Amino acid sequence: MVTLPFYIASAVAIAATFMVITRLNAVHALLYLVVSLLAVALIFLLLGAPFAAALEVVIYAGAIMVLFVFVVMMLSMGPHGASEKWEKPGISAWIGPGILFAVLLAELLYVFGRTPYVPVHVAEVTPRQVGARLLGPYLLGVELVSMLLLVGLTGAFHLAYHLGKRETQKGAGGSR
Amino acid sequence: MNSQIPLEHGMALAAVLLLLGLVGVLVRRDAVFILLSLEIMLNAAGLAFIAAGARWAQADGQVMFLFILAVAAAEVSIGLALVLWLYHWHKTVDIDRARSLRG
Amino acid sequence: MLALIWLIPVLPLAGFLCLVLLGRRLPPAVVAALGPGPVGLSMVASLLVTAAFLHAPPAGLSYSQALWTWFDAGGLAPRLGFYLDGLSALMVVVVTVVAFLIHLYSTRFMAGDPGYARFFAYMNLFVGSMLILVLADNLLFLYLGWEGVGLCSYLLIGFWYKEPKNGRAAIKAFVVTRLGDTSLTLGFFLLFASLGTLQIQELTRRAAEVWVPGSLAATAAAALLLGGAVGKSAQLPLQTWLPDAMAGPTPVSALIHAATMVTAGVYLIARMSGLFLLAPYVQLAIALIGAVTLLIAGASALTQRDVKRVLAYSTMSQVGYMFLALGVGAWWAAIFHLVTHAFFKALLFLSAGVVIQALDEEHDIFKMGGLRKSLPVAFWTFLVGAASLSALPFVTAGFYSKDLILSLVGSSARGGTWLWMAGVLGAFLTALYAFRVVFVVFFGEQTRAVKERSTMAVKIPLLILALFAVGAGLFALPQTPGGAASLAALTQAVLPGVPPGTGLGPIAAETVTSLVPLLGILVAALFYLARPSSAAAMLRHRPFSALHGFWFSGWGFDLAYRTLFVDPFVRLARLNRADVIDFFYRGIARAAELGNRALVPTQSGNVRWYVMGIALGGAVLIAVVLFL
Repeated sequence: MVTLPFYIASAVAIAATFMVITRLNAVHALLYLVVSLLAVALIFLLLGAPFAAALEVVIYAGAIMVLFVFVVMMLSMGPHGASEKWEKPGISAWIGPGILFAVLLAELLYVFGRTPYVPVHVAEVTPRQVGARLLGPYLLGVELVSMLLLVGLTGAFHLAYHLGKRETQKGAGGSR
Repeated sequence: MNSQIPLEHGMALAAVLLLLGLVGVLVRRDAVFILLSLEIMLNAAGLAFIAAGARWAQADGQVMFLFILAVAAAEVSIGLALVLWLYHWHKTVDIDRARSLRG
Repeated sequence: MLALIWLIPVLPLAGFLCLVLLGRRLPPAVVAALGPGPVGLSMVASLLVTAAFLHAPPAGLSYSQALWTWFDAGGLAPRLGFYLDGLSALMVVVVTVVAFLIHLYSTRFMAGDPGYARFFAYMNLFVGSMLILVLADNLLFLYLGWEGVGLCSYLLIGFWYKEPKNGRAAIKAFVVTRLGDTSLTLGFFLLFASLGTLQIQELTRRAAEVWVPGSLAATAAAALLLGGAVGKSAQLPLQTWLPDAMAGPTPVSALIHAATMVTAGVYLIARMSGLFLLAPYVQLAIALIGAVTLLIAGASALTQRDVKRVLAYSTMSQVGYMFLALGVGAWWAAIFHLVTHAFFKALLFLSAGVVIQALDEEHDIFKMGGLRKSLPVAFWTFLVGAASLSALPFVTAGFYSKDLILSLVGSSARGGTWLWMAGVLGAFLTALYAFRVVFVVFFGEQTRAVKERSTMAVKIPLLILALFAVGAGLFALPQTPGGAASLAALTQAVLPGVPPGTGLGPIAAETVTSLVPLLGILVAALFYLARPSSAAAMLRHRPFSALHGFWFSGWGFDLAYRTLFVDPFVRLARLNRADVIDFFYRGIARAAELGNRALVPTQSGNVRWYVMGIALGGAVLIAVVLFL
């Protein structure tokens, strides 16, 4: 019963991801990616991981993608416009990556197909269990992740601040 | 919900998504698109972890997914800041323009 | 007193060190004292040691003194040891006396030369090395002296190094003697491997016990040692370097290439007489080499124009006599001739040097003439030297030594009529070429003005040497005036005796030996004194001029060696100019370069290219892990 939605959601995710990488318009690509992420969130749910599904929607689709949208909007201002001008390499650019895709997929599927699996009835994993794990054995990891986020925050701030300073200087100098 | 979804299928899905992301990195020249494709790849890796965790009904898979999520977030923020800098220097986000490490 | 023996070689070596370190900063007057000084002191030491040795000969007629062990490796532990017996005492006295006189002469002869100190430094080093050679009690220490004199020969032949041909002559001398040295070293290897020691006395004793006379090992070892002797003493086939060695200053030619270094080979054979007695074939070879060389050199000396080259060929010829004597078993005769030759040959060179300098570096005898009145000291001393060289009967030392050789060659069991006749013919040639020079240079018309330069420093050595050239025959007397055994007797005691045999009767032989030099002088007078143009007239005929040319070039040996050895080697070297072996190493560098050039494009700076690389690598790695 759960398997059918799984395959449908998989198909949606794959199709949406394919659209992401082939769009020329950045915003279109972003929106397709959001679709893909939502499909993956559904898959998480079907796999018995509701907490992960919630995180996927809230953080991934909700925060990270929004960040992307902001940046794309910022970069769209300015003379270069969207990347449609120079992002048209034609079919020839797809051949190499296509071959690589096929080879790697074959290898990975070979690896996965080697051990036959008998599906078992498994219960879902609740957020409570996840929380217990996080603040138990993986406490160190949590601390490190928080430090990582702090680093990311500081780095991004630092980069953006100096960028802003330079832009204003340039603007002031240009206006002379 | 019961999990009757075979692990291999979940992994296969993750593999396909990962490789699609890889192709996206290789083919696109816009820096933003490249970062986007990287996000696809990270998401696929997270999916692999969740599927594996669901197989044994352990919370570790979701824990890993949380970590991956945090890494992706940090990486995206700094990455986009760098893209802004790239735009500032070269007036374009064409990644092929940034080849001063050419040897 | 005998314990002073170590001073004999050490003093000149110390002199060398002083001169080499300080020589350039010292004024010439000090150098003139510091040059001959150590040699003079060494001479005094050797005279004292020899006197003590004669006065109270130690048991076994030998005295050993070892300084310390040089090294100790693999069973070979040579020491820096000196061995004094009659033979080495005689050699030491002769070497130091002649060397000192030549050094004295050089203080005036080389005055004004910019390399004054360098000259005496090298000469001192040479004397030190020669003394080590003569006094060494083991073959390795002897070889040290051997190499030392070879080095000094090179340094002194090429003394005026700014002139390229001097350098070439020096290299030629070094390379040719090197061939001999290699043979010598191989001989040492063979001796050590077979007999386990290089101490000379012990070696000879063991060889006599272990080896049968005529055995292959003994013959091989003796032949290899002969190779070394032949090189150093400029005998066939390694004789080509000596005429060209005359490019060095005249005192060098006198000391090294007449009196001492070229006699090192003779000394070696005499020292190792015990070994050579075990190899009769090698002895025969020595005699033949000596005989052939003395004839070839005599003929060549007859045609030379450069007075020093005449004397060089003459040296070659006289050393041939020594080899001939050694070969037939006349050991003492060879050494005796070595002694007399040292004196009269040095005398000849030094007086020739006076003439050369007086005529402003003119070497061609046909450009000299009539110098009898202008250079009287040079004339009389040269005349005495030439007379001794020609073995003028009874009044010269050379007569006694050459006569001894010839009579023993004729009568010893090893000798024979043919060898004797060669010796006699050689004596005729010797007188002929010696007096050719005398008549051409000192008689006739004087064509050039003379710059007199000789002072006491020059005249005294000449006179002393002339005295020795006449009186050295007294050396051979068996007793000193005091009743003690003379040096000669003590030397003869350590050398093997002459195998007696039948042959020419002594009276007939002596008569011939006495008359032949006179005949030679007569012919020379005929051609060069009475009718000076007759020699030139004879040369206008084709067969004579061809022969003359052939003899002038040293019987074509230089040409032969150049065609056989030098030219092919040079051609090979030119062929290999690109140095085939180097290809391998340059190939490695080239491969690295090519690799770099091939790989540089991969560092394109393009991010997507790098990602592709990572992905590809990942694919390959997974494949490897999966399938291999």
